[in-house]
Amino acid sequence: MTAVIEVADLSRHYGKVRAVENVSFSVEEGAICGLLGRNGAGKTTLMRLVTGQEFATTGDIRVFGENPVENADVLGRTCFVRESQVYPDNFRGKHVLRAASHLFPNWDAEYAERLVEDFRTPLNRPIKKLSRGQRSSIGVIVGLAARAELTLLDEPYAGLDAVARQLFYDHLLADYSANPRTIILSTHLIDEAARLLSQVLVIDAGELLIDSDADVLRGSAVTIVGGHAKVEAFAEGRDVLGWDSVGGISSVTLTDLSDADRAEAVKAGLDVAPVSLQQLIVSRTRGTNYSQEARS
Amino acid sequence: MDEARPIFLQIAQQLESQIIDGSMREETQVPSINDLAAFYRINPATALKGVNLLVDAGVLYKRRGIGMFVAPGARERLVAARTEAFQDEYVRPLVAQAKVLGISTEQLEHMIRKEGQQ
Repeated sequence: MTAVIEVADLSRHYGKVRAVENVSFSVEEGAICGLLGRNGAGKTTLMRLVTGQEFATTGDIRVFGENPVENADVLGRTCFVRESQVYPDNFRGKHVLRAASHLFPNWDAEYAERLVEDFRTPLNRPIKKLSRGQRSSIGVIVGLAARAELTLLDEPYAGLDAVARQLFYDHLLADYSANPRTIILSTHLIDEAARLLSQVLVIDAGELLIDSDADVLRGSAVTIVGGHAKVEAFAEGRDVLGWDSVGGISSVTLTDLSDADRAEAVKAGLDVAPVSLQQLIVSRTRGTNYSQEARS
Repeated sequence: MDEARPIFLQIAQQLESQIIDGSMREETQVPSINDLAAFYRINPATALKGVNLLVDAGVLYKRRGIGMFVAPGARERLVAARTEAFQDEYVRPLVAQAKVLGISTEQLEHMIRKEGQQ
């Protein structure tokens, strides 16, 4: 497998703000990679760096093996759909699609038409008069119909309703199966998107917290529930992600539990419950202060 | 599907269940990776992992250029494996919970019989 994106020791500072701090990862060809993290974690900055719209303070970025900055070959193979795309005044949906058809060599006009129908996107109204969801749908259509070898979608469905989001997931999967390519998707709706992902990157306060195969990450954490003393004794010396207590009952989220550990917990009369990807990421990114407060 | 267990395992188990209940017969073709991915709304690589698990276990086999098929004898072997797991997964927790509630073995037996008659 070849890496489409390789990032090494990458930092981007704005004055004193460390938007991206010492991040290293790679994304293999054909991955659907989820870029997850809280607001302001650095997701958009990272995507802008990868697409050459932002200069690294230090570190190295390779896309298709080359530096993406001002690199026509790399950028021609890349499609970046931004959450808050600004369009020229008086631009209408049809203008965006026409521009996209010139910009992207693999543009599929017929597919774009089908997407417009499915999403019910009004093409003849000025974009600034559209609702947030309708504007998002234009971005989604461009991202899918561009069929770029590397597609980055930054919060592509802000404001989209549940029906439209499901449509997006279904189209993404079907089109990815028919035309495999590399996709980076940033989102807050972790549980909704989790099943589509093959790789998960979690970024928090500019730092890369998790870089994992999605299947490995899922099932890497469990919650142990039971009497306070028993839970405390079991958690002793283990990697604790979070604590909750009510009355005499405590629940603790732990990582890296072997099958033998789980059996031991069950034997001790504790309940072992699975943790979803979303719960896991919330535990990892809400900060240590929170869990200590909750514990006391 | 539950979101917390590895999805490829769940895919493998669901395919197994379909073979066991007879909705997927031996020597018939299994849905393609892309069909499975679209149906379960999962990443195709995850679907492939689940199917490969069953190929490695000899439950499915590949016919080059055509697709995946249910292996002969697969159902019998799956039923045997599930029967073995039944004790751990169902009987043990059942008995443990009965103990907590103070249900005697005789009462439990009676309840199982009653359920079996329906």
